[in-house]
Amino acid sequence: MKKFKERLSGRIFFTLALSSISALALITVFIISQGAPLIAEVGIIKFIFGMEWAPSRGEFGIFPMIIGSVTVTLGAAVIGVPVGICCSVFLAEFAPPAMSNLFRPAIQLLAGIPSVVYGFWGLLFVVPAVRNLFGGPGLSILTGSIILGIMILPTVISISEVSILALPRQYKEGALALGMTHWQTIYAVMLPAAKSGIVAAVILGIGRAVGETMAVIMVLGNAVAVPESILDPVRTLTTNIGIEMGYASGEHQQALFATGIVLFVAIMILNSFAQYVTRRK
Amino acid sequence: MKLTPAQSERIAKTMIWAAALLVIGLLLFIMVYILVKGLPVLSLQFLTDIPRSMGRAGGIASTIVGTFMVTALAIAIVIPFGIGTAFYLAEYTKGNIVTRIIRFSAESLAGIPSIVYGLFGFIFFVIYLGLGWSIISGGLTLAFMILPTVIRTSEEAILAVPHIYREVSFSLSATKWQTISKVVFPSALLGIVNGVLLSVGRCVAETAAVILTAGSSYGMPTSVFSPTRTMAVHFYLLASEGISMENAYGTAALLIVLILLINVVANAFVNRFIAKGR
Repeated sequence: MKKFKERLSGRIFFTLALSSISALALITVFIISQGAPLIAEVGIIKFIFGMEWAPSRGEFGIFPMIIGSVTVTLGAAVIGVPVGICCSVFLAEFAPPAMSNLFRPAIQLLAGIPSVVYGFWGLLFVVPAVRNLFGGPGLSILTGSIILGIMILPTVISISEVSILALPRQYKEGALALGMTHWQTIYAVMLPAAKSGIVAAVILGIGRAVGETMAVIMVLGNAVAVPESILDPVRTLTTNIGIEMGYASGEHQQALFATGIVLFVAIMILNSFAQYVTRRK
Repeated sequence: MKLTPAQSERIAKTMIWAAALLVIGLLLFIMVYILVKGLPVLSLQFLTDIPRSMGRAGGIASTIVGTFMVTALAIAIVIPFGIGTAFYLAEYTKGNIVTRIIRFSAESLAGIPSIVYGLFGFIFFVIYLGLGWSIISGGLTLAFMILPTVIRTSEEAILAVPHIYREVSFSLSATKWQTISKVVFPSALLGIVNGVLLSVGRCVAETAAVILTAGSSYGMPTSVFSPTRTMAVHFYLLASEGISMENAYGTAALLIVLILLINVVANAFVNRFIAKGR
């Protein structure tokens, strides 16, 4: 009886553990089977590099959306990564204990705020601010980058902090013993040593920015056109799905799933890269 | 001009403090603004009446019920799979090819955008399985979405249980199952609950994945097969279509209050967990 229970529990845990594999497989199969026929019909080159998106006329080119996703994500990284790394250094090295006990839950809260609330807040404050300071419609790449830059902070901060805290004490002590200042120690010893974790943090942050939908749907303007400046409105891959999925049918709906495939593949590449960087040590 | 080490130390320190204060400031700005605008809207009538004329009038009772049902369903579904996987990874395997694939899958699932979960849930649960836009489709989709979070947080909690506990249990000739169910699980419970609570927060906050799977009709749901509109979806529709700013603020304020509450409780759990481990 005891032995039976033993074997059974092991089996059950193993079966439950297969759930994540099945989940990933199901998602992959269903997204691809729904979108691939349209990519095959349009032709992959024409789908990805096509400049025209006009579902009613059967034109399915998503290049403007790819440009949209890439520019907004890069903008978010430019804004969010330096602030995020500074915050992680703050938490790991400078914050007095009382302060870090306040700061860590705050970062968790920042991650918990619904993305629609970020979008709404952006619409109320960032859009008018960008319009008044820089001109243009305010609904723009810059606005989206600012919102996403804030939204990726929790990811960047928590993963970078963990990798800084994981460094052996001797690195820091050795550098300080050589007469380096605290900042020189951080800059020349600790950050380079924690590089792989920080790189993973940045990649995962970028992944979050690429995948975010509801926050940017409200502040990007959603125009399907290749932007000429960072003050122009754009549409990203995610917002393309978010906006049109509500009423699309037939080929149009398939095209949105095909957009989902491109997004899915991009995210899987980013993820695998992040996993590779963390494991390499 | 070259900076002396002391000068660059001062500049770097100032910038790092500035970045930290900026982030705290932003968080306070967003939350306080929504709460100041929205809390006055939260009357008993607003919380207990269903939305009327697209949400222009009435309250948000049905969206509260919808949010609760979708979230409860997702959590109920994910708990055995998430925690089971965590126990398997932490206790039953030393890392072979299958384990590596499981880890790869879980980490990949964590990175998949919620809109892709929405697309999947729509085509698989709503269309293929014929569940329609419903609470059950929404709950199942969210269960897929939060699975990796529950796995990771539970595994961390299990690994945080000191190894000596297991050794003592084995030395008393307890079996592996007895050790896990009677020693490791109770010790890891607070940490596991913390992870589950954070997933509750994600479900409550989610919009993209639910709007495509649970729908957006705001009547009071009658069963798990009813379509529903969650609070986050309601807020999005009110705000983005400019239906009623006042009610949008009210809904957002309730969302923020809920998230705040969940985080506070989750932190209390994790602090007790850490205190117990010492």
